[in-house]
Amino acid sequence: MIIRSFLARFFSTLVTLFGVAVVVFVLVRIAPGNPIAMMLPPGATEEDVARLRALYGFDKTLIEQFFVWLGNVIYGDFGTSITMRLPVSELVLQRLPATLELSIMALVIALVLGGSLAVFGARFRGRAQEVGVDISTGAALSVPDFLWGLLLILAFGVAWPVLHISGRVDPHMDVDLTTNFYFFEGLLLGDFALVSSVLSHMLMPALALGLPLAAMIAQLLKQSLKEQLDQDYVNLARVRGHGETHVILSEALRNAALPTLTLIGVQFAFLIGGTVIVERLFAYEGLGNMAIDAVINRDLPLIQGIVLLFAVLFIAINLTVDLTYSLLNPKLRHD
Amino acid sequence: MSISRRNFLGASAAFASLATLPGGHVLAQGARGITIAYNIPVLSWDPTTGPAAVNPVLQAIYLAVFDRYVDQKPDLSFGPGILTDWGFSEDKSKIHMTVREGVKWHDGSDLTPEDVVWSLERAANPETGNPIQFVWSKIGNIVVAGQNITADVLEFEPAIFKWMAFLTGFVMPKAHYEKVGAAGFEKAPVGSGPYMIDQFEPGAFVRLKANPNYWGRAPEFETVTIKFVTDAASRVAEVVSGSSDVTLNIPYEDYNRLIKTEHLSGTAVPISDIGMIFLNDIDVMKDKNVRLAAHHAIHKELIIDRLLKGYGVPLSTLDAPGYAAFDPSLKFEYDPEKAMELLAASGYSPSNPAKFKIQTTRGFKPKDFEMIQAIVGMWRKVGIEAEIEVYEIAKHYELRAADQLAPAAFYNWGNSTGDPSTSTGFAMFGPSPHSVWDTPDLIEKIGPLFSEPDEEKRIQGYKDVSKYIMEEAYVIPLLQYAMPVVYSSSLEITPYSSGDLLPQAIRSAS
Repeated sequence: MIIRSFLARFFSTLVTLFGVAVVVFVLVRIAPGNPIAMMLPPGATEEDVARLRALYGFDKTLIEQFFVWLGNVIYGDFGTSITMRLPVSELVLQRLPATLELSIMALVIALVLGGSLAVFGARFRGRAQEVGVDISTGAALSVPDFLWGLLLILAFGVAWPVLHISGRVDPHMDVDLTTNFYFFEGLLLGDFALVSSVLSHMLMPALALGLPLAAMIAQLLKQSLKEQLDQDYVNLARVRGHGETHVILSEALRNAALPTLTLIGVQFAFLIGGTVIVERLFAYEGLGNMAIDAVINRDLPLIQGIVLLFAVLFIAINLTVDLTYSLLNPKLRHD
Repeated sequence: MSISRRNFLGASAAFASLATLPGGHVLAQGARGITIAYNIPVLSWDPTTGPAAVNPVLQAIYLAVFDRYVDQKPDLSFGPGILTDWGFSEDKSKIHMTVREGVKWHDGSDLTPEDVVWSLERAANPETGNPIQFVWSKIGNIVVAGQNITADVLEFEPAIFKWMAFLTGFVMPKAHYEKVGAAGFEKAPVGSGPYMIDQFEPGAFVRLKANPNYWGRAPEFETVTIKFVTDAASRVAEVVSGSSDVTLNIPYEDYNRLIKTEHLSGTAVPISDIGMIFLNDIDVMKDKNVRLAAHHAIHKELIIDRLLKGYGVPLSTLDAPGYAAFDPSLKFEYDPEKAMELLAASGYSPSNPAKFKIQTTRGFKPKDFEMIQAIVGMWRKVGIEAEIEVYEIAKHYELRAADQLAPAAFYNWGNSTGDPSTSTGFAMFGPSPHSVWDTPDLIEKIGPLFSEPDEEKRIQGYKDVSKYIMEEAYVIPLLQYAMPVVYSSSLEITPYSSGDLLPQAIRSAS
C-alpha cells in the first residue's frame, strides 16, 4: 500500500516536472526579446545574426530544441549559461544554498514572531492586548515584502547603521568553505566571525520576507488556539489547576498547530518565490537575484534551469508538509 | 554534534555582536582600499565573448582587470595601450602595430606579440562567439616580427583602431586561456590590467588587488571592492551609510541631495550615451511635415531642466559634443508654431491630429517613460496624438532587428568610440539590424562612408549626412546623458566621457 502510494506520488511528480519543463521552455521562447538580438553589435549583418543563432542552437525548430534540451536534462546536463558561460547546473547549485539559508531564516523569524504573537493574543483574548496583536499583524500583512525591505534599509542601514545593506558576507572576509551554506557550515566549524557576518547581512532580507508570514501565522494560530481553548480537554486542564499560559502551551498548542502547519508549508514555498525581489533589493547572491539577471539578459538555458529547480523545491516542500501532516494528525495516520 | 560551553558562548557572542556592529562609515574599507557600489553584476570574465562583452556598463570593470589594444582617455581621445604604435599602410592594404615591451600578465608571465595575434585571431574566429567578429575578421594573415605585427586588410574598416579601444578590444592571455579553457577562465581570469582579481563572489562582489607589475600608472588603492548593488535605492543607502565609498547611476534627485551632504561629493559630466526617438519609415512618418513637426514641437531644454534636473545636453543630431563628427553649427530649433504650420500643410491640427504609436522603456534609462509622456503632451498641443506603448528593452532589440518598431520608438544609443560610423552610421544605415529608417537615399549616402579611406573626407561626409538627416527629420535626437557619480569627499574621481567609472581613476583627494 505504502509502496503503491509512493510510486503514484513519484510518477505524478515526474509528470508535473515534465509539464513545468514544457511550459517554461515554450514560455521563455515566445516571450518578447531574444538573447541574440540583445548581443547584436552595431553593424552586424544578417550573416552575423545567423552565425550567432547557430552558435547557441537557436537555428533549430522549437521542437528540436526542446528534445535536445530534454535529452540533455535527463543526463543532468541543463546546458550552458549564455551570459555566464558556465554549466547551468553548477550555477544554480552554487546559488541554491544562499536562497535556502535566507528562506529558512525567514521561516524561523516568522515562526518565532508569529507563534509568540499568537500565544500572546490567545492568552489575553478579548482584551486590549489582543487588539494590539490584530492591529500589528494587519499592518504587517498589508505591507509587501519589498517595502518592508526598504523600510528596514532606512532604519537599520541608514538611520541606525548596524546591519549590512547588501551582499551575503563581508567582502573583505576570506571565505574558504566546502559548501555554500555559509551560515550552517560556519556554525558547524565554530567560525563565529563568519556566522556573525552572514547574520548581519541576512537579517534584514530575512525580516522583510518573514514579517508578512509571521503575521499570517499569528492570525491563523491565534484563531485556532482560541477555538481549542473552549474545548473540554482544555477546561479539564484548568480544573486541574494549571495556569492559562501552561494550558495554552502544553495542551492547546499542539492541536491548534495543525492547520498552521499546512499554511506554513504552502507559504514557505511562496516565500522562496518571494526571495526574487528581496534578494535583488539587498543584492543578496541567491537564486532569485540570478533569475532576474537571467531574465534581463534572456539567458534561456539559465531561466529554464532556475524555474525547474524552483519547481522541484515546491514539490519537495509540499511532499514534506503532506508527510509531516500525516505523522502529526492521528486521523490521517489511521486512515 | 554536541555543543560545548565554549561553542555556546561563541554563538552567543556572534548573535550579540549583531547589536554592536560598527555602523556607518567604518564599514567601508580603510585608507588602502575603497568600496564601490556598482549597478550591474559581472556575469562573465571573458570580455571578448557573449552578451557581457558588449554590455557598455561592464567595460569599466573589465578595464580594471584587462588592457585594450588601444587606450582611451577621459575625453574619448585615444592613446597607447598594449599597442604603442599602430596605423594603416599608405595604400590601406596593410596595418601595422607595435606591442609594448615589459608588460606582465597577472600570473607573472610576459605579455608577448603572440598574445596579441592570438587575441585578434580568436576574435575573428566565428566559433568563439565574439559579437564583434565582423570587425575583427576584416584583417588576416597576421605576421609577427619582434615586437612588430603586420596584417593584411581583407576589407577596409576605417575605424578598426577605434574598435581596438571599444567593445571586445581586449588582449587575452593565450597560454593561460589554452591551459584552462573557457570555463576555467571564468573561474580563474588572468589579465594585464592595473588590478588583479583577489576574490569573486558571483552576483555579490569582486575584490580586486593592485597589480604590482602594472606597466602604467600604479593605482592608488591597494584593494578595490566592487559590490553589485542593482537597486538604485540600495546604492544610495550604501553611500549614505558609508558602507560604500563610491556609487553611480542613481536618480538625479538623489544626486542633488547627496552632494549637499558634508561627507559626499559628486560629478555628473555628459557622457557618450544619447537619448533619441527612432522614426520608422511607415504610416504617417512617411510624411516629412509630420516628422519635422514632431521634432520642432519638443522642448528639449525644458525636459532636461524639469525631468533630469539640468543634467543633460540637448542634441540636434546623433553626434554629441566630443564625437569626431560633431558639428556645433547644426541646430534644430524648438518652434511649436512652425510645427503647427507644418502639420496644417498636411491637413492636421489639434482637432484633427496626426496619430501614431510611440514605444518606450520604463526605468531602463533615467526618466525614459516620463520624458516620452512629456513629449506626447508637447505633441498634443501642436496636433499630434501619440499612443504610448511600454516595452522591455529586450523587446526593443528584437523588434528593431526585425524592423518592426512602431512609427516612433525611444532608445538610448551609446557610442564611446565617438566615431560617427558607430552612431549615425549604423543607427541610420538601412541594412544594419540597428537602423530603423531604411530609405535608399540614406543608404546611398552612408554606405560609401563605411569604407572611405580619406579620414577627413569620411568625417565631413558624416557631418553632411547628419545635416541631411536633420533636415529630413529621419530621427529625433533628444539629449546627451550625464552620469551621476557620488563619492566620499576624501576621494577624487576622474570622470570619463565614455561613462566608465574606472577604479584606477579614483584617488585620494588632495
